[in-house]
Amino acid sequence: MKSVFSVAVISGILNTMMGLAAPFLYAALGETITQTSGVVNLGVDGIMLLSAFAAFYAALTTGSLWIGLLAAALVGLAMGLLMSFVSVTLKAEQGVSGIGLYMFGLGMSSLLFKVLIGTVKTVQGFPPVRIPVVADIPIIGSMLFNNSIPVYGAFLLVPLVWWMLEKTTFGLKIKSVGQNPAAADSLGISVDRIRYISVCLGAVLAGIAGASLSISLLNLFQDNLTAGQGFIAVALVYFGGWNPIGVLGGALLFSVVNSFQLWVQVLGVKIPASVAVMLPYILTIAALTVTANRMRQPAALNRPFERGES
Amino acid sequence: MVLFAARHPGMIEIRAEETVLTTGTPPSPAAKRRAFTVDWSRIVLNVALPVLGVIFALLLGAVMLLILKANPLAAYVSLVNGAVGTTFGLTQTLVKATPLLLVGLGICIAFRANVINIGGEGQIIAGALMSTWFPLFFHTLPGWLLIPSTMIAGFLAGAFWGFIPGILKARLNVNEILSTIMLNAIALQLMNLLLQGPLMDPAGVAAHTFLAQSAQLPHQVWLPRLVPRTLLHAGAIVAVLLAAVVYLFLWRTTIGYDIRAVGLNPDAARYSGINVPTFQALSLTLAGGFAGLAGVVEVIGVQHRLLEGLTSGYGFTGIVAALLGSLHPLGLIPASILFGGLLVGADTMQRAVQVPSSLIDAILGLVVLFVSGSALWSRRWASRRRAGEQMDTEEAA
Repeated sequence: MKSVFSVAVISGILNTMMGLAAPFLYAALGETITQTSGVVNLGVDGIMLLSAFAAFYAALTTGSLWIGLLAAALVGLAMGLLMSFVSVTLKAEQGVSGIGLYMFGLGMSSLLFKVLIGTVKTVQGFPPVRIPVVADIPIIGSMLFNNSIPVYGAFLLVPLVWWMLEKTTFGLKIKSVGQNPAAADSLGISVDRIRYISVCLGAVLAGIAGASLSISLLNLFQDNLTAGQGFIAVALVYFGGWNPIGVLGGALLFSVVNSFQLWVQVLGVKIPASVAVMLPYILTIAALTVTANRMRQPAALNRPFERGES
Repeated sequence: MVLFAARHPGMIEIRAEETVLTTGTPPSPAAKRRAFTVDWSRIVLNVALPVLGVIFALLLGAVMLLILKANPLAAYVSLVNGAVGTTFGLTQTLVKATPLLLVGLGICIAFRANVINIGGEGQIIAGALMSTWFPLFFHTLPGWLLIPSTMIAGFLAGAFWGFIPGILKARLNVNEILSTIMLNAIALQLMNLLLQGPLMDPAGVAAHTFLAQSAQLPHQVWLPRLVPRTLLHAGAIVAVLLAAVVYLFLWRTTIGYDIRAVGLNPDAARYSGINVPTFQALSLTLAGGFAGLAGVVEVIGVQHRLLEGLTSGYGFTGIVAALLGSLHPLGLIPASILFGGLLVGADTMQRAVQVPSSLIDAILGLVVLFVSGSALWSRRWASRRRAGEQMDTEEAA
């Protein structure tokens, strides 16, 4: 049995971590945009499931991973429109409508999987792309610069979302409808339109998160493939304090624990599997406990906006 | 301690109290008068919108069936037949409705306090674990003592699993939706751990099958069967009685009044001296207890042992049932029977027309979306009613 703390194993843990973090990053960064506009989308897990299936099925039938990715994004967009219609136009209780979206995605993906595919199959997912020169740096090189395209994309998304929210007029509008929709409305910003766009952007990213599971990380589809990762992604948004950099920190911390847990099992360390699987969830609760009181959430989070109501 | 509402000075009736809580003005004479008459239009609205939601979801389900090249009419006929067509099907519907009703009662209490409890699955497991360990350990007790004490122990275990997110929310402001979801995963792993360790059936260990299930519980703790040769057990009666208890608790006790006040308008509740976090934690704890009880009746009423997959998603379906029952314990009874029937019928449908029963999960999701979306109209209706009352008062003056 190898020691858990040898250089090779640590490097392995870190490399696995990068791959595991990608779906969390896509989903959590998308949810950050959504929540910054004042809408909680709890249906992320359902969107991830249905998109993961769409990506897998499209890749399986057409043989193109990019068409798979596109299919996932489109399914994400469709579910984002459904969520925004119910939550923004119909002003539903968002915690409840999100659970509805989750159950729909869970049931629908399982239904389509059983009807269209039936048995567990695999696809050849996105291969790792080695970036020359920098990938040869010991330990860090292969961890950072030997990943698949969706993984690179996830990490590049962090500064991109930060820039969008902090440095663009559009980002400012998203923040304004999340902080004070009535004031934004009086300045001529269409609260509903900005929220629709934010929810849909988040849902498209959740869709890509699903695809990054089914055609990049695991390369298969099965019932309840995500096993609640979408909910953890939502938790990461709270943990990261609605800030893309904080979300990145949360995703890395969560993934390193998960990766450690996987390696511990692979190396045959005598910890019951269920205890190892439990660890990340306990960590999430602990992280929420530590951060809950320090972070300030968008003032209008979870509050539907209606003109003439304060 | 003043427990009953009749002696509570602020207690008139929900519609009058909505006026107090939302506008801070005392109820108008018209509202007081109306408080003692049955408000039929409100009841019709609370029934019509959810029923429309279900019909709409089933219609969309029919479209999905058409796309899957199945005959929707044949599928739904087999579904209805499976759920109510035979004595066994009918009793199975009630067997599935029982845990849904119990989970839903807890959801009613939590959602009424504006606390979103997604932790039903974990709380069911907590109750199921306790109701397995307790009778196995106290196997010498007679049934008349063992059954109620197992139920209480299971209730407490579920309540504990609801108390954790409750206290985290009250003290540390931790979002209960997220913590309850995490606790679901933790409870599931805890059950796996115990089923592969201390709770594993010794017979399975001896025979080297190592099935992930517990030993069979002593016979005296099995709930009596209501209909011979079916699985319908006395837990169904307990659940219906508890629905009445929860109704009285929410509408006829001061604690219930405070819980609803917290949910209707937390700010107004705080100004009137109600400790909002405490009541939210209490409602989560109670919700956990009822979900725990659902776990108990599944173990001592149906399976007579603990096995994997025991919760069958009742923690989520219970939320749908509660929403469909307009978060009212008495509306919940027909709603949980409806969903029990859908779950039973889905299996029949799967066998008859080869449509996977997951279709029903997707339809349940749509029901939640429609019902939560339709709340807009009932709110608008309520505010129109309030505006009308305002005019009543002004006319009187």
